[in-house]
Amino acid sequence: MSNEARKPPAQIALKLRRILGGKAGWNGVAVQLAFAAVLGWIAFEIVSNARANLANQHIAAGFGFLRNNAGFDVNQTLISYTGSDTFGRVFVVGLLNTLVVSIVGIFFATVIGFIIALCRLSPNWLLSRVGEIYVELIRNLPLLFQLLFWYLAVLAALPNPRQSISFFGISFLSNRGLVVPSPIGEPGMTAFLVVLGLGIVASFALRSYSRRALFQRGQVIRIWPFVLGLVIGLPLLTTLVFGLPFTFEFPQLKGFNFAGGSRIIPEFVALTVALSTYTAAFIAEIVRAGILSVHKGQMEAGASLGLSRGTTLRLVVIPQAMRVIVPPLTNQYLNLTKNSSLAVAIGYPDLVSVFAGTSLSQTGQAIEIIAMTMGVYLLISLVTSAIMNVYGWRINRSLGA
Amino acid sequence: MKRVSLVLTLALATGFATQAAQAQTLKTIKDRGSLSCGVSQGLPGFSAPDDKGNWTGLDVDICRALAAAIFNDPSKVKYVPTSAKDRFTALQSGEIDVLSRNTTWTISRDTSLGANFTGVTYYDGQGFMVKKSLKVNSALELNSASVCVQTGTTTEQNLADYFKANNMKYEVIAFGTNDETVKAYESGRCDVFTTDQSGLYANRLKLANPADHLVLPEIISKEPLGPMVRHGDDQWFDIVKWTLYAMVTAEELGINQKNVDEMAKSEKPEFKRVLGTDGNFGEQLGLTKDWVVRIVKQVGNYSEVFERNVGAGSPLGIARGLNNLWNKGGLQYAPPIR
Repeated sequence: MSNEARKPPAQIALKLRRILGGKAGWNGVAVQLAFAAVLGWIAFEIVSNARANLANQHIAAGFGFLRNNAGFDVNQTLISYTGSDTFGRVFVVGLLNTLVVSIVGIFFATVIGFIIALCRLSPNWLLSRVGEIYVELIRNLPLLFQLLFWYLAVLAALPNPRQSISFFGISFLSNRGLVVPSPIGEPGMTAFLVVLGLGIVASFALRSYSRRALFQRGQVIRIWPFVLGLVIGLPLLTTLVFGLPFTFEFPQLKGFNFAGGSRIIPEFVALTVALSTYTAAFIAEIVRAGILSVHKGQMEAGASLGLSRGTTLRLVVIPQAMRVIVPPLTNQYLNLTKNSSLAVAIGYPDLVSVFAGTSLSQTGQAIEIIAMTMGVYLLISLVTSAIMNVYGWRINRSLGA
Repeated sequence: MKRVSLVLTLALATGFATQAAQAQTLKTIKDRGSLSCGVSQGLPGFSAPDDKGNWTGLDVDICRALAAAIFNDPSKVKYVPTSAKDRFTALQSGEIDVLSRNTTWTISRDTSLGANFTGVTYYDGQGFMVKKSLKVNSALELNSASVCVQTGTTTEQNLADYFKANNMKYEVIAFGTNDETVKAYESGRCDVFTTDQSGLYANRLKLANPADHLVLPEIISKEPLGPMVRHGDDQWFDIVKWTLYAMVTAEELGINQKNVDEMAKSEKPEFKRVLGTDGNFGEQLGLTKDWVVRIVKQVGNYSEVFERNVGAGSPLGIARGLNNLWNKGGLQYAPPIR
């Protein structure tokens, strides 16, 4: 007699029955199909009813408006945009503005969150109290108020452009934002970028080689001098050969404002600060919970090996804590992205402001625009959580869990 | 605000709006016992709550006149504050019966929103306001300025057109509500605040030191402001249209709140027709014979409404200008009631 488990029957129909019907068998399949049919019917009713109502009231429908001329301007565009571009381009401009504030916000929220969590866990009484006060203060105040506070605080603290704070005469800070010199490409640009890219790739290869050397042979290789040489030295060398990669355009005060240079608008700063400090308070608690979930024996083991507290945290505790941290951290990233739609309150031109706001009222096509906007937020959130899932999966794998 | 549009969109999509869209608006209003009127979120002179919480203003008086004509009681109005970008959705979805909210009449709004403008309550134009300390005397000196504007308005497009046509650069910062826009202007984020000129005067009153701010002389656009109703109900369209005409006609004939009862006894054929002692125009509209009397007695003629809210009798002190009667050099003109 064989000890192998019996294999389930391979027939497709039976597989289907098992997946759809579960224990209920074919009855279950019928119920599932009926349920799907009802859902489909409801969706069809909603769409056809909306179409009929719109046609009745002679409200324009369809996505043709995306090709129409938008005719209004936006004050922060990552791609070139003027008032004579289309609503389709407005959509992309708004989307990019939302993405950039989300990504920058997520980065700072994570950094601040980890720092605050380590403060709270610190044996230093003052540091841990500071961390505690930060968390309790920030997470218990509504985000919109914090956003308005930062915006008005930032604005109130800054002078007007004519009295702007100058940094070495090349950068200027005023209530119009921070103006910095902007790079303009020169002939040496291509070679510079190619070499820089190669340098970065080579540095990563070097890192993985040195890690393998460490884990397999216990050999410590100091790689940072090589990395510096690859990332900074080599590109500088190409500059000598091919000429300057870019020159800078310096901002100059003309009339009301600065001409030339790149500008970071105060709305962006206020929104990023508000979103990242707010989300950081939640991330801090998640990180603290994650670290506390690792048995304290791990910390003691690190100490008995003669590792410092910081090294133990970095090499022993946090890698194990990440398994607990990642899923709720994903939630916070999603929250931050969605909260960025509060931007309209302070005039930051995000997707909700320029597309679901201005474009909606210019065209009056609420259903199409709101649907597109919802679809985009859904997509951003799904992509974010997919990335985090992959990351979580890698951590679990590396911990052998 | 996003939530409001969302709910309204869903309402539109799932068909709650179907009933309201039918030609039953007057009946619906009578059954409900009040008129649902979309107004602004607070623009002094046009629609804003006073210190007792009562809505007042030129746009509000249009709603009150409608309620007077329908119910003989101008207080039977439910005011629904709408933001610039939500206002059309509120009308389309049937949440409000009429949108009386300093809204500019344009062809795209008239044709693609499923709604109609019924007339012009106020002839306006877009202007600019700056701080006096900037020492700017003309809009043509505004090159490279930062401009604060409320999002979802015709203002945004006019602004883009004007600066482009005059080859000037500018930076636009668009805010969701009027108050946020004014606050940003006051805090120094922008050099210029732009909206309809009447709105500039109205908003200047909200600033800490109104005298420090200057409304520039340039008018860069035509902004005829008027009430809107949904497509598909011609009777209701007529009622809203003729309510305004009744007020203008009353001014033209010299009928006002004080003398309307006396005038109703007049034997002049024109007065008899207008005030309902002869003919039944009111009933043909679906109202009563004395509809004009009700409107003028309880709300006033156009002149009284204008002066009380935005004219000489108000803090705004705007001159009649374009809004004078056609025979006094203005544009206000009513077709005859006959």
